[in-house]
Amino acid sequence: MTDISQHESDLLKSYAEASGFRLGWAKFRKHKLAVVSLYIVGFLYILAIFAEFMSPYHHSDINRRHVLAPPQVVHFVDHGGGVSWPYVRELKSERDPITRRLSYVEDVETKHTLRLFAPSEPYEMWGFIPLETRFLGISEPKRGATMFLLGTDTLGRDVLSRIIRGARISLSIGLVGVALSFVIGIVLGGMSGYYGGWVDTAVQRTIDFLQSLPTIPLWMGLAAAVPPGQDPIVTYLMITVILSIIGWTGIARVVRGRFLALREEDFVLAARISGASEIRIILRHMVPSFASHIIASLTLSIPEMILAETALSFLGLGLQSPAVSWGVLLKDAQSLQVISQAPWLLIPGLAVVITVLAFNFLGDGLRDASDPYGKT
Amino acid sequence: MTGYIIRRILWFIPTLFAVSIVSFAIIQLPPGDYLTVLEAQMGAEGDYSPEVVERLRERFGFDQPFLVQYGKWMWAMLAHGDLGYSFEWRVPVSSLIGEYMALTVAVTAATLIATWIVALPIGIYSAVRPYSVFDYVATVFGFIGKATPNFLLALILMWLAFVYWGADVSGLFSPEYKNAPWTWDKIVDLFKHLWLPLIVLGTSGAASLIRQMRANVLDELQKPYVEAARAQGLPEWRVILRYPVRVALNPFLSTIGTTIPELFSGAVTTAIVLNLPMAGPMLLRALTSQDMYLAGSFIFLLSVFTLIGTLISDILLTIVDPRIQFDEA
Repeated sequence: MTDISQHESDLLKSYAEASGFRLGWAKFRKHKLAVVSLYIVGFLYILAIFAEFMSPYHHSDINRRHVLAPPQVVHFVDHGGGVSWPYVRELKSERDPITRRLSYVEDVETKHTLRLFAPSEPYEMWGFIPLETRFLGISEPKRGATMFLLGTDTLGRDVLSRIIRGARISLSIGLVGVALSFVIGIVLGGMSGYYGGWVDTAVQRTIDFLQSLPTIPLWMGLAAAVPPGQDPIVTYLMITVILSIIGWTGIARVVRGRFLALREEDFVLAARISGASEIRIILRHMVPSFASHIIASLTLSIPEMILAETALSFLGLGLQSPAVSWGVLLKDAQSLQVISQAPWLLIPGLAVVITVLAFNFLGDGLRDASDPYGKT
Repeated sequence: MTGYIIRRILWFIPTLFAVSIVSFAIIQLPPGDYLTVLEAQMGAEGDYSPEVVERLRERFGFDQPFLVQYGKWMWAMLAHGDLGYSFEWRVPVSSLIGEYMALTVAVTAATLIATWIVALPIGIYSAVRPYSVFDYVATVFGFIGKATPNFLLALILMWLAFVYWGADVSGLFSPEYKNAPWTWDKIVDLFKHLWLPLIVLGTSGAASLIRQMRANVLDELQKPYVEAARAQGLPEWRVILRYPVRVALNPFLSTIGTTIPELFSGAVTTAIVLNLPMAGPMLLRALTSQDMYLAGSFIFLLSVFTLIGTLISDILLTIVDPRIQFDEA
């Protein structure tokens, strides 16, 4: 009995003394989906950063003999029925004599075992580190031995490798776009909330106006203005700028709301009476107290950026091939003829959905954690 | 309250002008104009004549400054209802755009209504039976619905329909009605094709409405007046429908303002994938071929309809919720 109350008072004490960060972290961990999402997002970014090494093939390698090959299954049981090291079966292609269309069958006799850190053709990581190993591949590469775990596209390029490579653009465009929106949003939102008066009215009216417009037609118009055939990096930057033109409004609203709430707080008044300068009040006292809240709302606006890029590239107005993003990949799956023949070309869409879901849950968890004293 | 509504309507006028300037600025952005496209085309066909290009340039005032061009466009629109000339289709924009815009507005409105009919009962049920199997299913559906882009959902449904029924479900009319005049049969045919765009467009909206309705009703159910109503011996369904649901509905009207822009946005991509005779595919085509008046008119009209929708929702909200304050316009 006494032990328990002793334990409880310890808990209470540790709760009272814990730093904001510790409390937030404890609260975040309670949100199971958010924790899982954190791992998923982390995993996705590792894939994106080490895309060359993680993908089984180069994303633009063309295989004329394996055009629109279906996904190859990883088998654990060999033809005889015994347990085997994971392997894929060789794909045999047959051309229909009438329709001239290729169809594929697995050759049950020919096994190609898989291994981690498999040998591959030489390639360069990040464009300057020469490597001859990839994370996953066939242990003894030879002619006809292929491992297309998610199938191939109309040029026989490995869909899995393209998804992994596409993650680099699709995942970073959200971050860059949000960073840009954040800069605009915090400056205008901060001014709006701090000065009030006509500045506030002007900024708020602009936000109202921008938020009442249908975004996709607007983005389409702006993206159509990006001159085609440029360096993909320039296009990429211009697309992020376009997305931020509307993206900053949500962030500015949040920042303004926080500024308005905090301006009246006692600790701000105390700082002002102690003679702290305006800039010091903002940076030392106000920003730290709403930083976590802002991080949570930033996380929630990343998926919107990712979805927007995907939609624009899908329409052919965003990034263009040979750049690889998930939207560009989905553009290949635009017609019913293609998807009825090769439904695996829709798999990049699954990557989009998983990423967006993970960011949403992560953002929810962070929002809860950013208010450690709030109700559970 | 009347004062607020009048101010709100007056505010609509400067907003319209801002929208028209933005639309016009956007279509002016691409380097070159339709004449550059035309010159390239004529050059490729080998019958390039500088006189024709020069005549066109003068006629449409392409060599004049932005504000003059904008003024001309605006004046023609206000004075004669003339939206400009479509270079690609070689007809006035107004004769081209009408039916597409009408269908866009009709489908969007139908989606909004369908979303409400589906989302409200599900949201209420989820709140009344929280953490039930049904609630979990609705929650999962809600999250996935929000995370799936419209065009992807359209592709997946189109593919599933093809695999299971062997039918191409794209389009808004059967081939025999496509160019037919409007008859009763054509309207029936339209309804037969409408379900797919409705599902595609409505899913993400329905998903967030369900979440919101659930949260609102759940909050209201805790309140003492619900207990009081129960104590009076009202049947449970009446308690719920009469009081908490009514209060929970208010935030709904206020979200129409954000839902309508999303719907119009979604309608554009969905129409492109499903090949619907709506604004989307025409806008995309006009943008890529720099058919500027057509593109500009689409962007302008889509924004105007969005603004009108938002205006109506704001006015409805003030009528429904007497607690709204009218301190600013």
